[in-house]
Amino acid sequence: MIYACILAGGIGSRMGSEKPKQYINIGGKPIILHTAEKFCMCSEFRQILILCPEDWMEYTEGLIRKHIGEDSRIRILPGGETRNDTIQNAIAYIESIGELDEDTVVVTHDAVRPFVTYRIIKENIEAAAEYGACDTVIPATDTIVESQSGDIISAIPDRAVLYQGQTPQSFKAIKLRELYHSLTEDEKSILTDAAKIFVMKNLPVKLVRGENSNIKITYPYDLTVAESLLKGE
Amino acid sequence: MLNTVYRLTEPRKIEIEFNNIKMNDDKVIVRPTHLSICNADQRYYQGTRDPEVLAKKLPMALIHEGIGVVVYDGRGKFKPGDSVVMIPNTPVETDPFIAENYLRSSRFRASGFDGFMQDNVAMDRDRIVLLPADMDREVAAFTEIISVSNHAVGRFERFSHGRKEHIAIWGDGNLAFITTLLLRYRYPEARLYVMGLSHDKMIDFTFADETYDVRHIPENIVIDHAFECVGGTGSQRAIDQIIDFIRPEGTIAILGVSENPVPINTRMVLEKGLRIFGSSRSGRKDFEDTVKILSEHPEMVKHLKNLVGDVIDVRSVQDMHTAFEKDMAKAGGKTVMLWNV
Repeated sequence: MIYACILAGGIGSRMGSEKPKQYINIGGKPIILHTAEKFCMCSEFRQILILCPEDWMEYTEGLIRKHIGEDSRIRILPGGETRNDTIQNAIAYIESIGELDEDTVVVTHDAVRPFVTYRIIKENIEAAAEYGACDTVIPATDTIVESQSGDIISAIPDRAVLYQGQTPQSFKAIKLRELYHSLTEDEKSILTDAAKIFVMKNLPVKLVRGENSNIKITYPYDLTVAESLLKGE
Repeated sequence: MLNTVYRLTEPRKIEIEFNNIKMNDDKVIVRPTHLSICNADQRYYQGTRDPEVLAKKLPMALIHEGIGVVVYDGRGKFKPGDSVVMIPNTPVETDPFIAENYLRSSRFRASGFDGFMQDNVAMDRDRIVLLPADMDREVAAFTEIISVSNHAVGRFERFSHGRKEHIAIWGDGNLAFITTLLLRYRYPEARLYVMGLSHDKMIDFTFADETYDVRHIPENIVIDHAFECVGGTGSQRAIDQIIDFIRPEGTIAILGVSENPVPINTRMVLEKGLRIFGSSRSGRKDFEDTVKILSEHPEMVKHLKNLVGDVIDVRSVQDMHTAFEKDMAKAGGKTVMLWNV
């Protein structure tokens, strides 16, 4: 079974806005709805789990009811403290309904990346099933500079082998849970995403080609970009 | 829902743009799976249309021949996964005498508004027709051009006199191939003659009775009616020949598109009492009839499969350019894009 996990747990402290960023409108509709609708169009998913801050669950349910209607596949679940805790909540839910097995795949996606395409989602599902884990990336365009001290450059890695991570990231759910629980608290503290768990354990993570347009709406500037991508009917 | 649209912004330049599909608009949302390139798309892609026309119509998503699967229908009449052919003609009114494809108010995909090069296409529910599960998908991709031909053959039946023993088709391209094939099934007793330039192409018209080089048509040939499937700069020469060879009171169907006005020998049209009619595009009924004919005659689908040329797996804008470039270089046939973007 394939499950979509839309990660809407962030509280949006960077947006300079009272609402969490996933609830801000683009094209006259909250970002999270655009993202949810994309996944609703994929018949591959058994369920679409939307993981959001507990205080926003009622509100999210209302939005879904009003704009998408009764899609029996959608479930609103509470997010966790961290991104990885949130994903673990999703896996725990899948287990609670008796559908967690070796072949269960979770396609985890940022709620604030509404421009994801069907191709990216489909290739994630295929890659996770074959490799156990995958990450959506685009080739790095900026030169990435490393500085251990934050003051002086310590290295400039070869850009040709660098990529920028996007989402979805997709995994065999049982494997992801097993690896996550095998990490020490120190190891968990340096996780920035879920794919890193597989990398830390020397397990393969397949690259899926993303799109430049699959932007993450993080800063007010991104909202302007998002609106300009919407060039009318 | 945010929807990705791959628009031609200027000749040979395709850019990713987005529109917002309203989910409660009573549209059926279709995800294209197989798209077929038409010469009309190539004229936009290569920029061979009038610059004023290009300036007015671009940016616009190309492609008006294609099939897909239903991903959402708010009314539940169509189920997710249903395979459908998409109808590019989009009427906004009905008329008891004028067919939907001739109403001046109708809009047409990849001509007046975005074609099918999109992640999802929001279709009016009467603009899709269900495809049988066992229909060859690569052939179904160009149902539209078959329906255009079928529409013309249907009009020919209405307009022409009853003696249909000798029918000639001018042209050796895709439209001529399809029209000849449809005439074969509509008039199994008729003698069908194909008049073309390329021996290599005409050899594939195995269902025609005879094929002739247009430079060496026998003087004594008998032709009751004729179809012009040439278009472009060859239109005038073809129509001249038809008027010369056709018997009195014959009917001439003109299907070939020409960018420029074409002079016609009206003196001989008058003397022979000829009927000339034009045909363009098609409507829902033509699509339904075409799907029915192809379902009932699987052997026709086998003939049509010979038209399938390059089949390109399209996952990126670069792949779209590859498909258009390959289509440009082809000798004949249809280029099909497996739409996996």
